[in-house]
Amino acid sequence: MLVLVVLMGILVISFFRAQVVRGSSWALQSDSNRLRVLPVPPPRGTVFDRYGEIIADNVPSYSVSLFPAPSDSIRATLERLSPFLELDPQRVEALVEEAASNRRHPLLVTDNADYDAIAQVEERRAEFPGVFLEMRPRRRYLAGPAVGHALGYVGEVSAAELESPLFEAYEQGMIVGKEGLERQYESLLQGTQGVRYVEVDAVGRVVGSFEGQAAASAIPGEELYLNLDLALMEYIHQIFPDSMRGAVVALNAEDGGVLALYSAPTFDPNDFVGGISRSLWEELNRDLSRPLYNRAAVGRYPPASTWKLATAAIGLELDLVEPDGIMPTACYGSYTFQGVTRRCWRPEGHGHLDLAGAVAHSCNVWFYQLGLRIGLERLVAEGSRLGFGEACGVDLPREMPGRFPDSLDWWQRVFDYRPFENEVMTLSIGQGPNDQTPLKMAQFYLALARDGSAPRPQLIRSPDHDPETDWRLDLGERSLEALREGLRQVTSPGGTAHLSSLEHWDFIGKTGTAQRAQQDGPDAWFVGMAGPWGGDPEIVLAVLVEEVAPGEGGSSVAAPVAAKAADFHLRRKYGMPLDTIQTLGEHLRAGVPAPWARWE
Amino acid sequence: MSRDVAPTGWLRRWTGDPILVGVGLGLSLFGIAMIYSAGILNVPSPVTESAWRRQVIWLVVALTAFAAVWKVRPQWIEWAAFPIYVLSVILLAATLVIGTGAGTAEGVGRWIVVGPLRFQPAEFAKLAAVLGLARLLSSRETPPQTLRDLLAPAALMGLPLALVVLQPDLGTALAFVGILFAALYWAGTPPFLLFLLASPGIALVLAFSTVVWSAYFVGLALLLYAFRYRLYLVESVAVLLGNLSAGIIANPLWSSLATYQRNRLLVFLDPSTDPRGAGWNLIQSKVAIGSGGLTGKGFTQGTQKRLDFLPEQHTDFIFSVIGEELGFIGATLVVAAFSFLLWRLVRLAERTADPFAGLVLFGIFGAWLVHVFINIGMTVGLVPITGIPLPFVSYGGTFLVTCWAFIALAVRLSREA
Repeated sequence: MLVLVVLMGILVISFFRAQVVRGSSWALQSDSNRLRVLPVPPPRGTVFDRYGEIIADNVPSYSVSLFPAPSDSIRATLERLSPFLELDPQRVEALVEEAASNRRHPLLVTDNADYDAIAQVEERRAEFPGVFLEMRPRRRYLAGPAVGHALGYVGEVSAAELESPLFEAYEQGMIVGKEGLERQYESLLQGTQGVRYVEVDAVGRVVGSFEGQAAASAIPGEELYLNLDLALMEYIHQIFPDSMRGAVVALNAEDGGVLALYSAPTFDPNDFVGGISRSLWEELNRDLSRPLYNRAAVGRYPPASTWKLATAAIGLELDLVEPDGIMPTACYGSYTFQGVTRRCWRPEGHGHLDLAGAVAHSCNVWFYQLGLRIGLERLVAEGSRLGFGEACGVDLPREMPGRFPDSLDWWQRVFDYRPFENEVMTLSIGQGPNDQTPLKMAQFYLALARDGSAPRPQLIRSPDHDPETDWRLDLGERSLEALREGLRQVTSPGGTAHLSSLEHWDFIGKTGTAQRAQQDGPDAWFVGMAGPWGGDPEIVLAVLVEEVAPGEGGSSVAAPVAAKAADFHLRRKYGMPLDTIQTLGEHLRAGVPAPWARWE
Repeated sequence: MSRDVAPTGWLRRWTGDPILVGVGLGLSLFGIAMIYSAGILNVPSPVTESAWRRQVIWLVVALTAFAAVWKVRPQWIEWAAFPIYVLSVILLAATLVIGTGAGTAEGVGRWIVVGPLRFQPAEFAKLAAVLGLARLLSSRETPPQTLRDLLAPAALMGLPLALVVLQPDLGTALAFVGILFAALYWAGTPPFLLFLLASPGIALVLAFSTVVWSAYFVGLALLLYAFRYRLYLVESVAVLLGNLSAGIIANPLWSSLATYQRNRLLVFLDPSTDPRGAGWNLIQSKVAIGSGGLTGKGFTQGTQKRLDFLPEQHTDFIFSVIGEELGFIGATLVVAAFSFLLWRLVRLAERTADPFAGLVLFGIFGAWLVHVFINIGMTVGLVPITGIPLPFVSYGGTFLVTCWAFIALAVRLSREA
């Protein structure tokens, strides 16, 4: 009897201890046993262009899953679902088999059901007890390829990224910005994940969503307002020469805001949403034209004649030349210094030219002489001050700095020799060790379009946009006007880009044609600006086209793109009707009178 | 002899002891309810889902067996005790050769299949052992006074016990130990002798720590010296040798245990050593019981059970379901019901004048005490996990039939006296 009482007493006491004294901690463990926290992905912030047009938003994508159940009941549910989700009998069979082979996880019936189907299923919720509907936001880029390089794309966070401090608070499976603005403003666009509880059993099968537990809803990412002009981006995508490689950058002269940033060939960021297919990814990476390479901000090219404006600006800054200054030696096709003879591009020469004329005709001899006046050391120092060896600091990841000597030691470091003074002749016409991104060249011309100051180009439009300028040209209005007059002559009668002139806008700029080794044709540049006649420039553009046909150049390939883009942007800005016949060349080809063209 | 109940004549005539039968029936029905609940899973399993229906059929079979045994004359039972014992030993031996696994004990051969019937000879052997031992001890004129007197009963129990251990089924083997000690106690064996009989077993357990075992061994030797006038020298030497050899074979024996048996003992000491493996059953059972709290999660509502966290929830771990769904109050009531059942056996034994009947009652008491304490104790981590079912409640046909046969024996024999 005593044994009985003692043993049973021990049992009751141990149950009292487990259930009453320590009950709450066990209860907690029981909950953590069966509840799994699942993340609810937040919608990424919507991206708007400067006119409030949506560039990137989210569409709900609906998934329909079934909780594990015996095959018969899975089949019955699928058959009842089939009219709504348009499942054919073969598909039902395949799904039943799939469910039988994986009894742990919910069976994904579809991950891209349309809203109507979902609404109908939701209405008949009671008929579908084991059905589990889930909404995930899905990124959508409305202009697709036109914005690929500017916006970048999104994808699942990688293991390597999770190691970096930037993604410290991230978890596996989250969708993050991989490139472009999506990457640059990841922290703003991401939003905050919500949580959802699901009930699982001992072997980890998800058996139900659990509504009793408080779940936090996801907080959408912040909205992003950009300086980009979406319509302009699409227009550029449309007019950029087919199957050519290159880039277009357009800046708003007022504040340096990026109106357009386009690189060709491009890619459709929508292809990356929900995971890019392996074959497409390999295709994009194998493609020799490198569609994923952002030529506008990462590609570096010899600026060629477009850089002559820098030489001129530095000469004006240092008071080594007057706006109407004429160089002592006239151009007869070549110039000799220290026994080295350098030619002008025009064998018959240009004769005597003033600054504007030298710019307009791109006379090498004139710039050789100016370069020698400045001297190699000062040209390098001043060019570095203007940031040709640095990046603009645009709000995009991976922007490349320009390549430009920072001092005479540079040659020692890179080429292991001291440069001769005649090296300045090469540099002064935009050749030699000088490679710039189209974005950087646009920023330089932005200073010419303004009062000599160059704000940092920025894609995002924020009220607290730092108006502080990165650097400025210490030039008076007269000097700037002289430089712009030179640019104007380029598109004036007799100028190389006259055929790109526009009826309604004062479109001015500089062409460039850079011969490159290992390429059949040269790279073509046009960097310029446009604004209403008699007014200040409002848009600055840099267009680069890689490897144009031999004999083609900046004036024939790049300038028309810049002109048409400028015309498109300004017409929209001033509420004027758009026209497909824009440049003088197009007028002539179409036989439409061009009243503004003053033939001399 | 006072009548502590006043049943109507027919009830007493039909059941023998309405209290014992009533508690047994109550527990059986409660068991079916809990087996039903154990089958309510989020992802239903066809085996556990329908287990309660089969248990209903088994209860009918068990009650039939009860009625059948009830009809047998006590003298016949006493006469048949040894033949039954011999038969059971043969069956146990046969199980080792032709036994098959089943259900959750798939890997071990515990069942014998005869045509459509499938039963566990070990359960039948318990019944036979109770009868055989009672027959042996009741033939004595005086209570056992020396260790030598204990030799025969110990051997009688040792044979089926060894056969059951070989299956291997450690839990059921412990039931034989319970039967032996309860019956010897009722036969009037001095507790000192019972202790000496148990001492090699105690040595076996203590042998895992050399220091503790050495202290125990010295203490035992001193005890034997103090009681030297009560024992023959050869007996004292035998006890010491037994303890010594227990200590020595402990390690080889440990190594010879099946891995799952070793793991069960290890995780009993510390479940967290292997929380996803061997410790899983214990941890999940404790979580289930603990989360039941004072009043439980409600009948069929246990989440641990519903989500399949509980192992063998309709057989060995049925009490975890009880603890989770009915809480401390429900668990205590069930323990109280078993206490009452066991107490009733003791009362019946006390009232009977027939030594055979008393010994059978105490044998049953010993078997059930071991079953109840170990089964319930293991769910809450009090004793190591051994596959031993809860009388009347756990799912299992042979066991339920045996339980009711025990009830029949108890009421039949105590009635006659």
